[in-house]
Amino acid sequence: MADTANPGKPPAGPETTGHEWDGIAEYNNPLPRWWLYGLYATIVWAFGYWIAYPAWPLVSGYTAGVLGYSQRETVLGEVAAVRREREARGQAQLASASVAEIRADPALLRLALATGKAAFGDNCAACHGTSATGRPGYPNLQDDEWLWGGTAEEIERTIRYGARSGHGEAHIGDMPAFGRDGVLTRAEVEAVASYVLSLSGKPGVAGAKPDKGAEVFAGNCAGCHGERAQGTPEMGAPNLTDAIWLYGSAPEQVVATVTNGRKGVMPAWEGRLDPATIKSLAVYVHGLGGGK
Amino acid sequence: MAATTVPKHLTEGEVGLGLTLLVGAFLCALASARAVDAPFGIHMAVFALAGFVGVAAILKRYEGRPAESAPQEIDGRPNYNLGPVKFASIAAMAWGIAGFLVGCIIAFQLWAPALNLGLEYASFGRLRPLHTSAVIFAFGGNVLIGTSLYVVQRTCRARLAGDLAPWFVVLGYNLFIVIAGTGYLMGVTQSKEYAEPEWYADLWLTVVWVVYLLVFLATLWKRKEPHIFVANWFYLAFIVTIAMLHIVNNLALPVTVFGSKSYPIFAGVQDALIQWWYGHNAVGFFLTAGFLAIMYYFVPKRAERPIYSYRLSIIHFWALIFMYIWAGPHHLHYTALPDWAQTLGMTFSIMLWMPSWGGMINGLMTLSGAWDKLRTDPVLRFMVVSLAFYGMATFEGPMMSIKAVNALSHYTDWTIGHVHSGALGWVAYISFGALYCLVPWLWNRREVYSLKLVEWHFWVSTLGIVLYITSMWVAGIMQGLMWRAYNALGFLEYSFVETVEAMQPYYLVRALGGVLFLIGGLIMAYNLAMTIAGRTAVESEAVPAGDALPGAAGLAPAE
Repeated sequence: MADTANPGKPPAGPETTGHEWDGIAEYNNPLPRWWLYGLYATIVWAFGYWIAYPAWPLVSGYTAGVLGYSQRETVLGEVAAVRREREARGQAQLASASVAEIRADPALLRLALATGKAAFGDNCAACHGTSATGRPGYPNLQDDEWLWGGTAEEIERTIRYGARSGHGEAHIGDMPAFGRDGVLTRAEVEAVASYVLSLSGKPGVAGAKPDKGAEVFAGNCAGCHGERAQGTPEMGAPNLTDAIWLYGSAPEQVVATVTNGRKGVMPAWEGRLDPATIKSLAVYVHGLGGGK
Repeated sequence: MAATTVPKHLTEGEVGLGLTLLVGAFLCALASARAVDAPFGIHMAVFALAGFVGVAAILKRYEGRPAESAPQEIDGRPNYNLGPVKFASIAAMAWGIAGFLVGCIIAFQLWAPALNLGLEYASFGRLRPLHTSAVIFAFGGNVLIGTSLYVVQRTCRARLAGDLAPWFVVLGYNLFIVIAGTGYLMGVTQSKEYAEPEWYADLWLTVVWVVYLLVFLATLWKRKEPHIFVANWFYLAFIVTIAMLHIVNNLALPVTVFGSKSYPIFAGVQDALIQWWYGHNAVGFFLTAGFLAIMYYFVPKRAERPIYSYRLSIIHFWALIFMYIWAGPHHLHYTALPDWAQTLGMTFSIMLWMPSWGGMINGLMTLSGAWDKLRTDPVLRFMVVSLAFYGMATFEGPMMSIKAVNALSHYTDWTIGHVHSGALGWVAYISFGALYCLVPWLWNRREVYSLKLVEWHFWVSTLGIVLYITSMWVAGIMQGLMWRAYNALGFLEYSFVETVEAMQPYYLVRALGGVLFLIGGLIMAYNLAMTIAGRTAVESEAVPAGDALPGAAGLAPAE
């Protein structure tokens, strides 16, 4: 049936090859000129490229090309040029100068801020955010509340050794798990949480007794957070009277903090970043707005 | 049951294959029992089960079949073997839907990573190869195997060679797909892109593929036509080259024959070069040569026009297969690969431009004199648009292989956009066009159930492709520019995570594009199912015959 209908049978027009397969015939049109010349042009271009650049393998080596191009040499040259540029701008001083000296020298400060910004994006932004505004559990670095001190030198120390990082010089000091370890009863935990929240005018746990909470606070918390809950940067104990709450200010979140404690970790960057980069990061973070 | 018929007995093929399957099944059962890791144990059990089912199927078929083997001709016309083609067509549609769906899931995961639900089985790293293998090898592979087994018979006027062999090919290939896909979900991978399945799955595919090659060659051998049709050159190039690529890239030593893990025999940059020699030629010979074969049969058939130029088909065929095999190193620009290898990869990619376009010209020019059919025939429109995407992707590819361009595009989502303009626009569209032709022919229907639904499929999926590739172009180029932005002091302007943040809205657009493509696929599956079921849509009855149903009589499948 299909053969008699012959769908591919050509109407009057160019010659076909004379064969037919399942009703499909083929014209024998010449190659389109532009197509053929296009093919030739790419071949000619390829030969030119082979003459200019490394191209064909030989027994022990390869045709090097008349331009003497080498990808490896090019990259090494570019890296060396950037190094020279940075040396010229005082890269060496960045390593030897103190944070205070860097901040005092405008040229050095510019280099440090640029270094710090790049290093922050690659190393810090994953937790603290690309704009350094933090997220629950990871402090906002744009504000002026600092768990471990907000001077440039203190920030440098925190970056270098970290907090609870396992490094010998790291900041230590945990928020104990008052509830889980049985130091305080559930009612006491709720009371002290409500008391602490009342210091910044926030509602506490429904039915809890903030007055009793004040007693509990004086007996258990004031040692680190201070009599008036203003915080102690030497111990990493935050100010509890302001509006900044690292782990949330909802009553259940504060109850969870008092019950289970908190042991947020800031890694030690010493050994992972060179001293110039760590200093630059300190200068950069300090300069974000909240530095003291 | 006439007395003159020969007594019925098992053929040599039935006995041979049955015994081989039986022995293989016992060996696999043994390996399953002694497996050192759970996925290997499960896979060997699946192989054993498949072997026993195969033996049972051979016996069942024997029970029902007449004593003589199927005749080569009936009344002087070839007695085509269409069962395996039907199976592959349905499998292609089913795998296609699965592959598109997984693609949508991982597209949404890139937008919102929490959508992996914290499950290892649903993590991006496992679903991504599931997606790529499902669309390339399961969907594309079944389309290629199905159409090739159909086209080679029709254009050789000869019944498919082999009795059980064609069934062994389609069923064995789909068993490989199942092993590969379930392996990814269980974490089995050799970490070679597009060649993730481990050594035992690779061995199985090798056996299946060699049988496929033999079936194809033997059918060509017994052809009744004096010359070999152009589509068959392309199919043969595809089958032979894929065999070579698959074997070389998967040369590996298993840690134990009772475990899934193996290590490639190549290491370092040699391994990388072999991998991308394989990877790029999977694009060249699987996704280009194979689908050009489909184009060379289905476009002239549907358009009812002769192929534009025999000369062009010869020149571009040989140029294409000669040039393509060199182009792989362009995947490794600016790496440890030596300069000279990068140069060869790039220059051969540029020289490949015109040979690639030869196929597009031959396809599009075949429509000269029949352009009006594009208005009325959405099936032909699928195939013509696929050629346009093919032309676009085969221009973009050589351009991206130029080192200066590659320095911007490499590792960005521009590459993903490029791949999908080829995969969705070219590979999937030519496949859709072919399936819309093939299914009515195979099941003796005048036309698909509803051409109106084909129209819907076309426009919904085209919108999806446009959303997909434009979002990935913009996002990819932006990503590349952000990566290479330096400030005056030579520091990177943006951190990596900032580039990820910038990509997020585009990821959503891309995922929505993917959903539209998936919806199109579901419309198609429904349409084909209705076609197979023999339903007739209301609109089809309303149109005068021979108007919206181009060449229905001429395209009738039965000889």
